[in-house]
Amino acid sequence: MKFGRREFINSMMGLGGLGALASIIYPVFQFLVPPRISEPKVTTLKVGKVSDFPIETSKILRFGRTPIILIRSSLHEFKAMAATCTHLDCIVQYNAEREQIICACHNGIYDLGGRNLSGPPPKPLDEYKVSIVDEEIVISEMKDPA
Amino acid sequence: MSEAKQSGIVQWLDERFDLSPLFNLMDHKQVPVHKHTIWYYMGGVTLYLFIMQVFTGILLLLYYRPGEESAYESMQFILTRVHFGWLFRNVHAWSANLMVLFAFIHMFSVLFTKAFLKPRELTWITGFILLLLALFFGFSGYLLPWNELAFFATKVGTDIVGAVPFIGEQLKIIIRGGEDVTGATLSRFFGIHVAVLPLLTTLLLGLHLLFVQRQGISEPKHFDNEPEVKKRYMPFFPDFILRDALLWLVVNIVVLYLAVFYPWDLGLKADPLAPAPMGIKPEWYFMFMFQTLKVIPPHVWFMEGETFGILLFGVAALLWMFVPFAKWGKKHIADTNLITILGVFCIVFIVIMTIIGYL
Repeated sequence: MKFGRREFINSMMGLGGLGALASIIYPVFQFLVPPRISEPKVTTLKVGKVSDFPIETSKILRFGRTPIILIRSSLHEFKAMAATCTHLDCIVQYNAEREQIICACHNGIYDLGGRNLSGPPPKPLDEYKVSIVDEEIVISEMKDPA
Repeated sequence: MSEAKQSGIVQWLDERFDLSPLFNLMDHKQVPVHKHTIWYYMGGVTLYLFIMQVFTGILLLLYYRPGEESAYESMQFILTRVHFGWLFRNVHAWSANLMVLFAFIHMFSVLFTKAFLKPRELTWITGFILLLLALFFGFSGYLLPWNELAFFATKVGTDIVGAVPFIGEQLKIIIRGGEDVTGATLSRFFGIHVAVLPLLTTLLLGLHLLFVQRQGISEPKHFDNEPEVKKRYMPFFPDFILRDALLWLVVNIVVLYLAVFYPWDLGLKADPLAPAPMGIKPEWYFMFMFQTLKVIPPHVWFMEGETFGILLFGVAALLWMFVPFAKWGKKHIADTNLITILGVFCIVFIVIMTIIGYL
């Protein structure tokens, strides 16, 4: 095929057009991606006095950006785990009667240790460590066993 | 139109712009009359409901304020303080639901009457994209009151997007405006609902209607073999348009009745730290997809159940869109019963899955 002046001008115009398009699309795409907002890393969270939490109740709290659920199932037992269902992101709830954690969105059921028992959740809920220091409940990230 | 009939303004315009193509169209456009003529009205009803959406949507915009701290409050203000605010909000919500319903009816009637075949392939494709846009309208508008049900429905709906292979996570963050559903999501959905979707819909609708005008209204297959004298038609202006107008009036009355006697509950304000309420469900037109995702096991082959479900619906939608080009062996799909079987299967599937979802 002959590549004369006309073809050269055409291909240059095509390239220019592509460049113009890219110079519009790239900034627009970058604009659409929300910037990351850095937040101070939370390692522990003081929640309140033990006496403030009656037996068989739960509370949803924010651990940094993560919603977690604190459950007091018996006199001495406190449990904390991620409150976001591993299925599709809904917030779970504690059912004292059945001694289970349930997700109302799609009937996901976990035991009080956060293990997925039935329904669609594919994974257990991440567990957090609960300690009692001077009658105060402190939640911290579970250390890796390693 | 003869000159004697023209009013002063029309004549004034005609002298300057030559309106003869328009008069020509009005004089010659006609609608075939046969036992399935009633289905010709479905597109018009959908269009009318869309016009209602635009009108009530613009009114709601005057008071609605997007934002985590203002959206729900402004909805309360519209519903309790603004004169007829409750009416326009409920008409908006009801006409939206009916618009989706009529778009579905319109689509299936076009399918069963085989009106989507050559030369109307592009009318079908633009129509299907318009239906998808209507679904996006519904999904984005649902979040705007910022209530509990909408909040969790959006969390679930956008989380499903995360299951799209390769780009899912990035896409989810772009749609949500962050990793979670927050005020940023609300701002995005608001922008999409009141600017992006109306623009796209208007463009597509313009094309869709242009195609219909250019090609005329589809005639049933048996018209091909009938002698000219046996075919019956009615003029579009004024016979058909007056019947259309009468039907629109009926639709108006139905929407008003529903808005007055079955108002939409605003519910509780969304709280990101509250557990999902019991009995949370998506809007009825997403129910069959939602229910299908629920019955797919957590893992299918090497992928997660959600990813498999999304791929399944994605492929089904693409095939549906290109159905006018389909061939079965050497035969064109129009010459087989496949279309009817396919349509019946889809309707049965949608209805059964929806019913199971509500049980």
